[in-house]
Amino acid sequence: MSFKEWFVKRSPLPEMWREHMAEYYAPKNFNIFYYAGSLLLLMVVLQFLSGFLVLAHYIPTARDAYDSVYGIMYDVHYGWLMQYMHVDGVSLIFVLLYIHMARGMLYGSYRAPREIVWIIGYTTYLAFMAEAFFGYVLPYSNLSYWAGTVITSLFKSIPFIGGWVTTLVRGGSGMSGDTLDRFMALHVTVVFLVIVGLIVFHILYLHKVGSNNPDGIEIKANKGSDGHPVDGIPFHPYYSVKDLFGFGVWLIIFGAIIFYAPTFHHVFLERTMSTPANPLKSLPDVTPPWYLSPFYAMLRSIPNKDGGIILMVVAVVFPFVLPWLDRNPVKSTRYRPVTRVMLIIFFINFFVLAYLGEQPPLPKYFFPERLGAVIYVAFFILLPFVSKFEPTRTPPARVRFRAH
Amino acid sequence: MSDETQDNKHAPNVTRRRFLTALVTVSGAAVAGTIAVPMVKSLDPTAAAAALATTTIDLSPIEPGMQMVALWQEKPVIVVNRTPEMLTTLDETEQKGLLKDPNCNVPQQPPYCKNKYRSRVPEWYVGIKICNHLCCIPHYRPKKGSVAPWWLGGFHCPCHGSMYDLSARVIKGSPAPHNMAVPEYDIDVEKKSVVVTKMYPLAHLC
Repeated sequence: MSFKEWFVKRSPLPEMWREHMAEYYAPKNFNIFYYAGSLLLLMVVLQFLSGFLVLAHYIPTARDAYDSVYGIMYDVHYGWLMQYMHVDGVSLIFVLLYIHMARGMLYGSYRAPREIVWIIGYTTYLAFMAEAFFGYVLPYSNLSYWAGTVITSLFKSIPFIGGWVTTLVRGGSGMSGDTLDRFMALHVTVVFLVIVGLIVFHILYLHKVGSNNPDGIEIKANKGSDGHPVDGIPFHPYYSVKDLFGFGVWLIIFGAIIFYAPTFHHVFLERTMSTPANPLKSLPDVTPPWYLSPFYAMLRSIPNKDGGIILMVVAVVFPFVLPWLDRNPVKSTRYRPVTRVMLIIFFINFFVLAYLGEQPPLPKYFFPERLGAVIYVAFFILLPFVSKFEPTRTPPARVRFRAH
Repeated sequence: MSDETQDNKHAPNVTRRRFLTALVTVSGAAVAGTIAVPMVKSLDPTAAAAALATTTIDLSPIEPGMQMVALWQEKPVIVVNRTPEMLTTLDETEQKGLLKDPNCNVPQQPPYCKNKYRSRVPEWYVGIKICNHLCCIPHYRPKKGSVAPWWLGGFHCPCHGSMYDLSARVIKGSPAPHNMAVPEYDIDVEKKSVVVTKMYPLAHLC
């Protein structure tokens, strides 16, 4: 008996390999948007590595945190590289998350039978938001201090227990070294492990029901004599090799940003990150990182504290029910022109809100912000009715695919 | 197009595949290696830790026969003001053949300290007070007979009993392999000060 046979008899891995790679049949008509998923996996691994290496030099105390982060930049060998990998990696993860989610919305990947895949995925996005927030408080710059103060004070709006929750989160009445201790613990253990777990379940639930495709038709409905979908190809080697190519292109982009535009014109790394925390001096204008700013713009568009927070929470929660808001039998917006236009307006509006959220809180931005908030909410409210009555084209019986 | 050319068109070109697989493997390994180097390097001592901070030791409070320990880069540096009697014991230990390396051939000290005194100025011994065996801090035992009946004065390690003479040269029968390390330093006898500048790179601490 060879070692291989001996090992295979005892190992679950060959079976898992077949189920999830070599004999997982994915539709053959994936387009460029389908790179985002595998790239996100790559980025999470890279964040783990760079995060471990910056954590090795980080000191979570109010006195030393800021200096230790500057120590990473200037004293640690290649510390600047690890730091920029970790900081720019966050923004690129959100770029990929938005592409990944937009693709799911365009092609109806959230629809039955993939509702749970969508919900797990959207929860992962929220977990990434929490992870990013805890992460940018850790350097204890003035931005960290005030962003931490503002975000944790949102909990004060919870009825009855708000004050207690806020104190619990901060570990005191205000931001302090104790806050850094628990934020670091959350950042490197709980939230990170939650993200990893959610990703595992996202993939397992996806592989149970099978991948959607740009045409939004079920490839499992059309199986060949071998029992495999006619329009499906094994993930390995076809998509694993394709994703490997994607990794190469993506790493060139990632490298170019790290080496030539690490702060990305202060979008990925804000200027206010380079002054230490000062409880006596608020920032010139408190703006969130770009990936959170659409929700922030909605928050401040309502001239009422609790109203703004409620709108923001509603905006964050709405996508959870998306699978049940869409009532059209056709999944892909390739064959639903009205929904496609609505979605494109929704995407543009989202980025306009992101831009507005980065602007100083001046009255001239109030009207566009309110309009943006209305368009955001209107999409979800109109979708059940539009999807019910909109004209559709008939999707093809087989996926559209041109061999190359 | 005949069936044969059709088949040729679709038959896998094994050589080409092997070449492409090799290309991807090699370039993938190159990328992984390129990023692995800075990643591992980032765990090296930081520039701040490696920055060689110097320590200045004032010699004026050290009476003849006394010693003082100062902290330099998280390490104890001992300065001993040796009396002429103490210096004669150095010859005695050599003559009795007690020493593993009496001539200091192992570079445990900078070249300017390669003498029986293991120092720049015979009276003043400056060295790192770390046992060469397993990093313990030896005790200073200057009195004759204080460790053993034949003891002429020196250093005795409390952990595993390594013994050194008053120049911190290791005595035979000790588990320690080498003499204790001497850092690089400057001494100004007139101004009564020693500046420990850096570790002698060839010296082996423990």
